[in-house]
Order: sequence, then structure tokens, then C-alpha cells
Amino acid sequence: MIHDAVINVLAIDFPPISHLIEWPSGPLGINKVVVLMWLSVILVFGLMYAGSRKKALVPAGVQNLAESAVDFIHNGIILETIGPDGMGYAPLLFTMFTFIFALNIWEIVPFAQMPVNARIALPILLALLVWFIYNIVGIIKQGFFGYFKNAMFPPGVPWPLYILVSPIELVQIIIVRPLSQSVRLFANMLAGHLLLTSFAIITASLWSLSFLIVIWPASLALLIALTAFEVLVSFLQAFIFTILTAVYIGGSMHPDH
Amino acid sequence: MLHVLAETDPGEVAKGLTAIGRGIVYGGAAIGPGIGIGLVVASAITAMARQPESAGMVRTTMFLGIAFTEALALFGFVLAFIISG
Repeated sequence: MIHDAVINVLAIDFPPISHLIEWPSGPLGINKVVVLMWLSVILVFGLMYAGSRKKALVPAGVQNLAESAVDFIHNGIILETIGPDGMGYAPLLFTMFTFIFALNIWEIVPFAQMPVNARIALPILLALLVWFIYNIVGIIKQGFFGYFKNAMFPPGVPWPLYILVSPIELVQIIIVRPLSQSVRLFANMLAGHLLLTSFAIITASLWSLSFLIVIWPASLALLIALTAFEVLVSFLQAFIFTILTAVYIGGSMHPDH
Repeated sequence: MLHVLAETDPGEVAKGLTAIGRGIVYGGAAIGPGIGIGLVVASAITAMARQPESAGMVRTTMFLGIAFTEALALFGFVLAFIISG
């Protein structure tokens, strides 16, 4: 599937892609990715536990961080997509956002340098969780036949178009939503990881190539700029995953009239 | 031309063609989403400039639109790695 030959460009040895995302496993298949995932769980839990202990009236420090994150989920995601009656989903969306962001940000942490979501297992698990939640919410709120009827036959469409629209909508709520949601997160983080690795290798190799050292500063500057860009991508992908979850749940709770 | 091809190892040719195919797959998959994301962001900027008070709602919707449009390019990105020679 992935060929293992070392790719040689301009006498620079690029490692094969499997060396960038596969790690040797210890007992029970525990490897670097699993350890980073546990660390993210501990990190998010610790930060939020510390932030919710004191309940000061004027928040400061960790409490400020935790409260602005909750505020962001309330005002930036739930009120914009589901509405005021979606506040019950705040714990789910908040956990999802902070957890995915913590997993992604390992991409730029020195000595870790590996976004956990660059392996597709975790994005698929999260997308399947979302799939179960929005389908079950839709079936509870609208009834089994009502849910599929509202999803497949949106109102305001001329009836001949239902021949085209209904199968598309059915395939979308069953396959396309979890597929695109997981692949989006996975591919964005993998692409960022490859980008940073490529520029790190180029920067390191240019140092040893005598005459090409004149473009070394440009390569280094681009590596630093891309690292900053990946912080944005990590945040944005966590945000997009969470807001898509909210949009799907909102669509299941309030069908189009 | 022909005797050059005859001397080349067919495995090497297949490997080279695979590499070209990967490039074409990702390059082709990036064209449409590139145009699409441009349209989405351009319209969002126009909307924000006309009604700055609605900027929050427009930004949320813009990210949603970008996410849907971008998915196709990312499928191409993944497909380029899956193709084997």
C-alpha cells in the first residue's frame, strides 16, 4: 500500500511515510501514540479540574482559561447552530473540542511532534460516536419514520427532484457524514505532520550541502512560520469537528419545516 | 526510443508511472476545492463588509462551508497515498 523506498530528491534522503506515523509497540500494543492520547486525557482533565475548584467571582489563571473555553462552546458553537435548547449538549461538545485540540497540539510540542489524529483510528471512533448520537437523537425527537421522512424529503422541493434528492440525503446521513468527518480530521493532521517533517528534513539537509546554504535561512523561516500555522490548523480542525457535531445534532432536533 | 524502453526495468517504469499518477490524483482533486474555497471566503468577506454586525454568524457559516468544500481535496490527498504501484 505504501512503498518503503527512500525517496531521494536533490541528494536529500526523505524517510518513507510509514516511518513518520508508525511507532514500535510495547506490551499490549502501547506505543507513542497511545501514550500521547493518555497524556491528553490527563492534561485536559487536570486543567479543567484545577479550573473548576475555586469558583472565584473574578476568574484568573486556569479558571479564566476554563471559563472562556466553556463560554466559547456556549456562544460560539451551541447558540450559533442548535439554539438555546441545545445547552444540554454543552458537556459533550466541550469535552470533544478540548480533547481533539489537545490531541492535535502534540504536533508542535517538542519531543512529542506527533498529532495523535494523524492515525485514523481515533478520528473514526469519534465520528462513529457522533453518528450514533445524532441518529439516536433524531429517532427519539421525531420518531423512526419521521426522522427518515424529514431527512429524505426536505420540504419546499418540487416532487420530481425527490428522485434525485432522497437517495443523496439517505446516503449522506448514513455514510458520508461520518466518513467525511473522520477523513477531514485525519487528513488535515497527517498533511500538517508531513509538511513540518519535509521542511525539517530540508532545513537539516541544506546545512550540510555546501553551496545551497544560501537558501537555508528561507527554509528555516518557512519551518517556523508553518509551525505557527499548524497551531491555527489544530485549533481550526477541533473547532470544525465540534461545530459539525453540533450542526448534525441540531438538524436531528429541529427538522426543516 | 524503443530500445531505451527495452533496456529499462519494467518495475521501474511502473513505479515512475505510479508516482505520476499520485501527483495527477492530488493535483486534480485540489482544483475544484481551491476554486470553491475561494468563492466561499470571497462571499463571506463581502457579507462581513456589508454587515459587520453579522460577522460572527457569517464566520461560523464560512468555516462550515470551507469544511464541506475542503473534504473533496482531502479525499484526493488520502487517495494519492492509497494508490499502489
